[in-house]
This record gives sequence, structure tokens and C-alpha cells, in this order.
Amino acid sequence: MALAVENGRRMFDYWLTVYKRTWKGTMISSFLLPMLYLAAMGIGLGSFVDSNGTGALGGVSYLQFIAPGLLASTAMQIAVGESTYPVMSGLKWQKFYHSMIATPLRPADVVYGQLAFIAFRVLSSCAVFLVIITLFGGLRSPLGVLGLPVALLVGMAVAGPIAAYATTLENDSGFAMIFRFGVVPAFLFSGAFFPVSQLPNWIEWLAYVSPLWHAVDLSRNLSFGTVNPWLALVNVVYLLAWFIAGTWLAVRGFTRKLIR
Amino acid sequence: MSEQRESLVHVRDLRKSYGDFEAVRGIDLDVWKGEAFGFLGPNGAGKSSTMRMIGAVSPASGGTLRILGLDPATDGPSIRARLGVCPQDDTLDTELTVRENLTIYGRYFGLSRAECRLRADELLEFVALTEKAKVKVDELSGGMKRRLTIARSLVSKPDLLLLDEPTTGLDPQARHLLWDKLFRLKQAGVTLIITTHYMDEAEQLCDRLVVMDGGLIAAEGSPAELIRDYSTREVTELRFGPDVMLADHDALAGKVEDLAQRIEVLPDRLLLYTDDGERAVAAVHERGLQPAAVLVRRSTLEDVFLRLTGRTLVD
Repeated sequence: MALAVENGRRMFDYWLTVYKRTWKGTMISSFLLPMLYLAAMGIGLGSFVDSNGTGALGGVSYLQFIAPGLLASTAMQIAVGESTYPVMSGLKWQKFYHSMIATPLRPADVVYGQLAFIAFRVLSSCAVFLVIITLFGGLRSPLGVLGLPVALLVGMAVAGPIAAYATTLENDSGFAMIFRFGVVPAFLFSGAFFPVSQLPNWIEWLAYVSPLWHAVDLSRNLSFGTVNPWLALVNVVYLLAWFIAGTWLAVRGFTRKLIR
Repeated sequence: MSEQRESLVHVRDLRKSYGDFEAVRGIDLDVWKGEAFGFLGPNGAGKSSTMRMIGAVSPASGGTLRILGLDPATDGPSIRARLGVCPQDDTLDTELTVRENLTIYGRYFGLSRAECRLRADELLEFVALTEKAKVKVDELSGGMKRRLTIARSLVSKPDLLLLDEPTTGLDPQARHLLWDKLFRLKQAGVTLIITTHYMDEAEQLCDRLVVMDGGLIAAEGSPAELIRDYSTREVTELRFGPDVMLADHDALAGKVEDLAQRIEVLPDRLLLYTDDGERAVAAVHERGLQPAAVLVRRSTLEDVFLRLTGRTLVD
């Protein structure tokens, strides 16, 4: 375990060095897009929704309703972005994973380093976004800042499985599937913009299966101060299960591709 | 081969299969400390598969493999900590600078950041890339990238350096510069294992080599031994001009075949393998044959290679 931490740290250095060169580009996707959503939906659409009274949302403004969900969605999108193309590049395009495992690093270390970097990306971007949300008055209670660890959790929950999926692809066309049938529907239908109880029954159940719904629900309950400990525990355990299973799958996928 | 010497790579009946395909079909060899050892062979001979197994990134399908006295199945990371690997394709990070590629790679070996910076500067000096330190790898020429890849493989101060086709695709200037660097490493006591299909490279660099073909070792020895054992001292090349057809060559070969130990008929010329090329030329003239051009040359590893692995194209 200590070895894995040390080796993962060596790899994390790589990602930080790369990030020093690319962070300006990621600013746009990590901060600007959620900001635009916050402004358009929270303030634009929100003023329209709120003008009919806030009863339907339980007396909170629309901005406050969507802000915790947007935070969790942002985390998911960053994690998916960082576990698709960069993984394909390491395996096939630039092949830097192959040069990494020619050193004492093992495929598992490569996975841990990658996940650590994704955690860093999710945490740093979401922390900034959380500050912006707070400035807009998007949090209802101080507990809402716990949306940050929840964001980290959902990021980790999706990063592992998607990195594992990326190792099975021959080219990047499979990523379009992930975005079309995974990320976008999850973003729209996981309760970030409206309660999933509004959905037809079978879609509502699909939402409960998605890790994002659990993060949105938990994040919102924290902000609203309406946490049910048992439900929160289910949310956390469900996300952790995705994280653990996904990491295991990713290690298996990386090992298959790199050790032949 | 004296047995007191330390065997850095010990291989017995080593095999590697990918599904039904057997890439390596049972090879034996030892690489001794301090030598430059070469793998020669056509594409698909099993060189790269063998190199990946020695690099402890590819598990053997059968047989015994000890690298630096350790078993790669159980001690992979400890073995790799003492290896330098220069892969066939450049796996440099093109988004980073030349120097960052070295410092980051040192980190993978657990060197401190300060140590990485120190070694990066030394190695850039060694491969003559100091002026390019802050340039992105994207902007380097092919030869510079190879030099950087070699520098990167040295960042851990390896005991054993694996070079998979180090000069493929380089121009002559770049190749000679690389050979010079590799020769200096060998002088410094680094054990080298090189795969190549350039015979001149093998003759320049290798103390000892094996010729692989179809997953097996076809021959083993020093370049001089291989030439002695599998070719003749000299080769006489006879050209009879463009009007002479292959069928005529066969007929001509019949007239001179007793003059050489072995004759090879090619579309444009006859090759007479003999220990005394000039005497063969004289005898050819005595028989009234008038070749348009005559060349007497020393046998090279290329003759050995073609004899052992054939002239058929391997794809």
C-alpha cells in the first residue's frame, strides 16, 4: 500500500507537469461552462421560475435548487474528460504509459497516479466553482460546502469505470457514445435541474442507478440542511462502490494492455 | 565464454506465445557483464518479443529467464529499476520540453527532483541537446528524438541498457553520432543489448550477437566468428551486363561453381564465396568468361545474415 502511494505520487508529478502547460485550456471547460449554466439557468431561467412562486421547489430559489447539482455535474464532466482522451493517448497515441511501465512503476501505479490527478482536477475546479456559487448566494446552509467532497466522490466514481472502458477501445470514436448516452443524459436527468420524481417511472429508476443522481441528491440535501443520515449513507456507499469497482476494473484493463 | 563472468541475462528454453502464434520458440543465451550483445534478425524473428521479456514488461510463456540474477515474474519492479530501455518507437511526451521529459522520467525511478534536474543537465550535455533543453519535443528532428530517448533511458544510471532498433529511420550523420555515444557508454562499463537489422551497426557495436529467425536462434558468436563460420573470407561479385538473363546466369554459374565454396545466383550478378577472391577472378578469366564488372570484397555480416535467414522478404 505504501509502495502504491509512493509510486502513484511519482506519476502524479507527471500529470502536474503536463497540467502546467494545459491548465489555461481546461479553464474554459472547467469554470466557464458551469458558470454559463449557473447564469443562464440559475439567474435567467431561475427568475422566470421563481416569479411563479417557489412553492414547487419547497420554498428555495431556482438558483439554490440547481447550484449543488451543477457542482456535482461539473465534477462528473471533468472526471470523464480526464479519463477518456488522456488514457487513449497514454496507450495508443503518445504511448507514455508504455514508457512509464518500463520503469519500476507497475500498471496499478499508473492507474493510481492518473486517478490522483483526476482527483486534483476535480477538487481544484470545483473549489473555485463553489466559491462562485457562494458569491451568487447559491448555498442555503454552510453545510453546502460539503458539496466539494461529494463532487470528488462522484468524480472518482465515474473516472475508474471510464478509464477501464477506454482501455478496451481501438480508437476514440467510442468516447462519443460515452458523452451521448452517458454524460449528457446523466447531466440532464439526474435531478440537477428538476426533481427526478417528475420523470416517468422507468427513467426515474435509471436516474437512481446513475452515480450522478446520488451526488446531486446528497449535495443538495447538504446545502438545504435536509440530510437524512441513512439516505446519505446509501449515497456515499453507492458512490464508493463505483469508485472501488471502477479502480479495480481500470487496473485490470491497464494491466491487460500494458503487460503482454 | 568463461563461466566466472557474471551473467546479467540468463535465458534457457525461453518461449513467448500470443494466442496460437509462437513468437519465441525456445532460445538459450547469456549476456555477460560489460559486453555489447546484439539480436539480429528479419522482422518477425522474435527480437522485440525477447527484448520485452528481458525488459520485464512481458511475462515469458515458458522457460527460464533471469535478469540481473532476479526472476521478472516476481521481481519486475526491482529489475526495471536497474534497466534503461530505449524502445523502438519514441514514447517521448511531445507536449513537454526536452528537459522535462528527462526530469519526469527520473521521478518514475524515485529520484528526488533536485537529482533529476542534475542528471537531466548532464545527459543533455552527453547527447548534445543542451541548447534544445527548453524546446518542446514536437519541434525536434528524428535524430534528436532518438538521442533524447537514449538520454532518457540513462536517467536511472542503468546497469543494463536495452536498445530496440536504436538507429532505424535516422540519417547517416545521426547514426554515427549515436554509435559514438553508445560506444562511450560501453567504455564506461554499461552492458548493452541491441536489436538491429543493420549489419554495419551490429559489426560496429556488438562484441557478440545472435541471429534470430522464426523465433529461434540460428547462429551465435562474435561478428568475426560468424563470418568465419557461416561465410567465406571474401566474396567475388561478377556482373555480366544488363542483357544477360537469369537463365544465362544459371548457365554461367555452372561453369564457375567449382571455383568457390558456394555460389549464389542473383538477377543481376553472381556471388562467389571464396577465401581468395582474386584467384577466383583469375580463374574466371582463364575460362574465357568476360564479366562486365568484377568486385572482390570481404565477407560481411550481411552475407551471414542472408545465408542464415534467406533472401525472401518477410512482412
